[in-house]
Amino acid sequence: MIDKTVPSLEAAVAGVFDGATVMIGGFGAAGQPTELIDALIDQGAKDLTIVNNNAGNGETGLAALLKARRVRRIICSFPRQVDSQVFDALYRAGDIELELVPQGNLAERIRAAGAGIGGFFTPTGYGTLLAEGKETRVIDGRHYVLEHPIHADFALVKALKGDRWGNLVYRKTGRNFGPIMASAAKCAIVQVEEIVPLGALDPEIVVTPGIFVQRVVAIGHAARAVAA
Amino acid sequence: MKRLTRDQIAARVARDIQEGAYVNLGIGLPTLVANHLPKDREIFLHSENGLLGMGPAPAAGQEDPDLINAGKQPVTLLTGGCFFHHADSFAMMRGGHLDVCVLGAFQVSVTGDLANWHTGGPDAIPAVGGAMDLAIGAKQVYVMMEHQTKSGESKIVERCTYPLTGIGCVNRIYTDLAVIDVTPQGLKVVECVDDLSFEELQRLTGVPLGRAAEALPA
Repeated sequence: MIDKTVPSLEAAVAGVFDGATVMIGGFGAAGQPTELIDALIDQGAKDLTIVNNNAGNGETGLAALLKARRVRRIICSFPRQVDSQVFDALYRAGDIELELVPQGNLAERIRAAGAGIGGFFTPTGYGTLLAEGKETRVIDGRHYVLEHPIHADFALVKALKGDRWGNLVYRKTGRNFGPIMASAAKCAIVQVEEIVPLGALDPEIVVTPGIFVQRVVAIGHAARAVAA
Repeated sequence: MKRLTRDQIAARVARDIQEGAYVNLGIGLPTLVANHLPKDREIFLHSENGLLGMGPAPAAGQEDPDLINAGKQPVTLLTGGCFFHHADSFAMMRGGHLDVCVLGAFQVSVTGDLANWHTGGPDAIPAVGGAMDLAIGAKQVYVMMEHQTKSGESKIVERCTYPLTGIGCVNRIYTDLAVIDVTPQGLKVVECVDDLSFEELQRLTGVPLGRAAEALPA
């Protein structure tokens, strides 16, 4: 019997190694897999490359991982926010590397990795600082920049419900990077509020098919501050 | 002359958004436009973090941390709205599916170059988000900004001195003084605020302006 569910957060993040590239879902706090991040802090892996849209908010979740100094490098689109003080301090001290990527290029580079694409030409960023040194091409009279896929060793993703085959549905704008990150990582680790029996998720509305998912852990409903 | 308030600029932008338009309002000043969209038009607001059919802010106590906009503020979903992942969201943006996006700006050049993401200052931590995708992706890119900096310099410039967001991407500029189209023949003034002459606007702007064909009285 195939069972991708794991009994604990500790088991979910087992094997994340020093120097790994780890994608973390979320757009700000929406969709951020805070419980998995806390488990990763406890697990102790260091020198990580993190891929996220942001660089942490406040003192919890991704910000706490940064504060624990486990992150050598971050690939993101929007690190500077009103509550990004942990990242700001590390960056100003030269204690973290930043690769800044326009958000759509970030999403498409992640998607490309999951889809087996070796690179793509995008108009986004052409002629700007963020395309400096990159190969360009004119296609049908328009300027494009060559961008490469971003692969990951692990992805930490938050979904609403999953089953033992790894099929997932998400909740509202918490979906954001989850589906593409799951596909781009060798090992996609997903926290869900509830693990449901096979067949309980309508096959017409499954968002992430289980083929992209390796581990599923249930964390219960406590994490959601406001009921739907 | 009477400069428009930020809400008045937002209302002016809103007047130009048509029934059925798919629209992205950038974070900051452009979000004000949502408050002024005509109630009798169905307009689809897109938010880059994965929703179409974005509604207004929820009532106090009804906020949902999983339902936010690009500025990470709580929002609502209109009946008929939907959610999607980030690659789909940016396909909508980059792929030319949005009719209009409205962006703030530090500077716009006479050829429609846009600078709105980074001051380039030595202490500035750069952050770009979806600005570059919006700048090059929407069918019409509207900029909404104060006409001048706090020290009185025109934000419409011959050549942007701040790092660029996109090249030749701006179609129309809405400021507290005027509405100006960016055309292959240069900048064309569509309208000025009351009691501001074309000549005075020209003096305050510093780069060559023309009159839009259908716009100003001679």
